[in-house]
Amino acid sequence: MSRKSNQIIAFTTLRLLSFLVVGILFWILGFIIYHGIGVINWEFLTTAPTEGMTAGGIFPAIVGTLCLIAGSMIFAFPLGVMSGIYMNEYAGNGYAVKFIRIMTNNLGSIPSIVFGLFGMSLFVNTLGFGDSIIAGSFTLGLLALPLIIRTTEEALKSVPDSYRTGSLALGATKLQTIHKVIIPTAFPNIVTGLILSIGRVSGETAPILFTVAAYFLPKLPNSIFSQVMALPYHLYVVATSGTDIEASKPIAYGTALVLIVIVLIMNLSATALRRRFGKKNKTN
Amino acid sequence: MKRLKRTAERIVEAALTLSGSITSVAILLIVIFLFKEGFGLFKSPAVENGYALCVNVVNPVEKLNSEQIKNIFDQETTNWKDVGGIDAEIAPFRFDEIFSRYSDEELGKDYRLLPQKLGEIIAADPKIIAFIPIKYIPANNSQIKVLPTKNITSSDFFCGKEWLPTATPAAQFGVLPLIAGTLLVSIFAILMALPLSLGVAIYMSELATERVRQILKPIIELLAGIPSVVFGFFGLAVLVPLIQNSLNLPVGETALAGSIILAIMALPTIITVAEDAMRNTPRSVREASLALGATQWQTIYKVIIPYSSSGISAAVVLGIGRAVGETMAVLMVTGNAAVMPHSLLQSVRTIPATIAAELGEAPAGGTHYKSLFMLGCILFIITMSVSILAEIISKRQKKGIDV
Repeated sequence: MSRKSNQIIAFTTLRLLSFLVVGILFWILGFIIYHGIGVINWEFLTTAPTEGMTAGGIFPAIVGTLCLIAGSMIFAFPLGVMSGIYMNEYAGNGYAVKFIRIMTNNLGSIPSIVFGLFGMSLFVNTLGFGDSIIAGSFTLGLLALPLIIRTTEEALKSVPDSYRTGSLALGATKLQTIHKVIIPTAFPNIVTGLILSIGRVSGETAPILFTVAAYFLPKLPNSIFSQVMALPYHLYVVATSGTDIEASKPIAYGTALVLIVIVLIMNLSATALRRRFGKKNKTN
Repeated sequence: MKRLKRTAERIVEAALTLSGSITSVAILLIVIFLFKEGFGLFKSPAVENGYALCVNVVNPVEKLNSEQIKNIFDQETTNWKDVGGIDAEIAPFRFDEIFSRYSDEELGKDYRLLPQKLGEIIAADPKIIAFIPIKYIPANNSQIKVLPTKNITSSDFFCGKEWLPTATPAAQFGVLPLIAGTLLVSIFAILMALPLSLGVAIYMSELATERVRQILKPIIELLAGIPSVVFGFFGLAVLVPLIQNSLNLPVGETALAGSIILAIMALPTIITVAEDAMRNTPRSVREASLALGATQWQTIYKVIIPYSSSGISAAVVLGIGRAVGETMAVLMVTGNAAVMPHSLLQSVRTIPATIAAELGEAPAGGTHYKSLFMLGCILFIITMSVSILAEIISKRQKKGIDV
């Protein structure tokens, strides 16, 4: 009897804990949506901040974040996918591969502020890019690399070996097999990696603090060497060090909401994509 | 034609091989740049660059370390005998004071007479210690003695209890309060996150139906995806006032607020890794326990948890790694007072928050700038060892399964 009641108590506690975690997430999301939704309108999304960032919109920050997403992905996505292909299709199982895998994991565990320091030292100062989109993009791209490599590897792993042997048996070379058979099959899952890293990159603040982000810059960037505002840094600024923190609170809620929405969309579409094509692969 | 194609394939394959090494190259570059700048700190003078300390020639003191210099000019040390000199009161003299003693005319055109006047002041007072620019040190004056400028030592850095990077004449780069702040905030965060995330991990791996799991998993991923600056903003807008009002504190920006936010942020990491470990428990082990008459709960805490204990430890270690390196959220809610923390209800400052807060103001290449890179090195070493440790721990479990 007491064994049974112990179990009931334990399981109820576990259920409650799980509800609590879900509750925390919805509390955070709900809080930001509740306060931010009233701020969002067309004008907020399409005009520059005015009056010491207590009024106006966040258009330059949105454009800046889009620039950084594009810049970092142009650099990191092809490189990450190629690295993933090498790891899964060519590398085999030797010590070199184990070493590379450990390095990839380690790169993924380095704190984002260290990427910021590195980006500042190499791209901003040593290579002389200054605070610029290109410096920020490289820094963010490096940060996203492990995620892209890992998802690519997973995606390639889920392609059945029979596809490979079938293609090779028909006389295709290894590269043709990868290009015509394996990548098309794994493509949706590779794209999942891209989407997730866009979500990650768009929210990072610490790596861009010293490589690209501008405190206040109402005009749009005109080259890859210009500074830009970015959404996460803008949120940090209006929440902590604006000219009038109380007055800029609505702006902060609005910015947080836009950030959350980007991350939500990226995560949900990645999940949906994974589910849809994960099933398809299984039935084949 | 065929040969051309073959060559093209070779080139592509070579490019693939090269790109395979990109992460290793990245880490190598990070190490080089971080440590190059960081270790420059120990080649920097302990007093402000371009300045020197002068005393009267009769003063027996030959050298001072950076903490002693700082204490003298903060007037915390007021007697020469405390720093190995005679029993006399110290008269600190900052360079600016020359302008209140002499008018611009007396100092001559382009301050040509300034070194001479400085020499007179120092020669007149055996108890004086003057902090002056090297270019104004009076030449050929046998009445004054220039104290040799020592470099910042590693014991100044690793054992120093004060972090005052902009203090003059001797900035203090004692990393202990920052390390203490980081550890305090992270450890309490993990203590809070652990029961919660283990509960969820057990629930997801053992109790939840596949349908519930399919809902919970994306929710956990979503929590992991929320940017840290949003967590920080949430903490600032909700937690900080809550803590301030409910505990009646003068400010709500405390270590406690940082710990709570970090605990929430560490949840997804610990849940995911721990759940994976538990799901890897072989079916036969579970069934053996149930067949012996154990209830499901007994099986969970007597069999599954011990069996996956190394995976769970790896999860905790990774969670700590995440917490130690977290920057923005902590920067926004902990109040950032760089002092030795005594309680959770005090404002603290962590290593990453220090870098984020100060790098913008530190002139590139200066001592302060280098000290922040040194902090980055510490952070890098901590997270690197944490990630390798987690790898070793989880390997142990994989080996265990084979037996």
